[in-house]
Amino acid sequence: MRKLLALVFFFIFCGFLVFSVFELHTFGNPPSDMDDYIISNAQNETGANNAVTSVVFDYRGYDTLGEATVLFTAIAGVMILFRKGGKHEE
Amino acid sequence: MKNEGLSPIVQTITSLLFPLTLIFAFYIILFGHVTPGGGFQGGAVGASAVVMIIVAFGAKHIHEKMNHDTMSIFESTGALVFILTGLIGLLVASTFLSNFLIGEFIFGKIPAWGSNPGILNSGGILPILNIAVGMKVIAGLSAVVLLMALAMEDKKK
Repeated sequence: MRKLLALVFFFIFCGFLVFSVFELHTFGNPPSDMDDYIISNAQNETGANNAVTSVVFDYRGYDTLGEATVLFTAIAGVMILFRKGGKHEE
Repeated sequence: MKNEGLSPIVQTITSLLFPLTLIFAFYIILFGHVTPGGGFQGGAVGASAVVMIIVAFGAKHIHEKMNHDTMSIFESTGALVFILTGLIGLLVASTFLSNFLIGEFIFGKIPAWGSNPGILNSGGILPILNIAVGMKVIAGLSAVVLLMALAMEDKKK
């Protein structure tokens, strides 16, 4: 019974995925306004020639702060796990 | 040369390549706002240089030269510089992480529109954030690999 239910939900999920593939827009149509804005304004607004860096660190700087925090947390976890000289060793 | 680690040939070539790789990493970090690259990418290159000498010389020998506590201090400094730059933007201009250095004396020049070689003294707060993230990634990834390699060497004995 549970397996049958799982199979039914699996096919419904697959149906949604296939449906969304057929409903996709064709590539580059309709054109997005965001990339045009960044191409024409990034150099003047941020002063950086590298538009990718201007997006990553200026327009989406908050996102990069979160990325750096994820890295910080991962490294803190590894350091807690692998540090030497715990009190239990002696 | 220590007898732990790989053969003397590998150790010699590695000690020749190590400064060059670090210089390349610093170049990618410092020119992140002009050419392709940035803090994360340059930090990964620099961490790979440290991983190279850890593999060649053995983690024990490297751990005597660079302690992981020092690296952790460097990493925390990078995170603090990032957040403090954002907070200064909140105080001086209107929003968190706003680009308050545009038009100022340092990093304030604005390049011409279109494709051009670019100016190093441009980008506002982007070079500062790149350096902070690069410091963070180099120190953090090196500390992770160094600690894991130390644990592996302890387990082998």
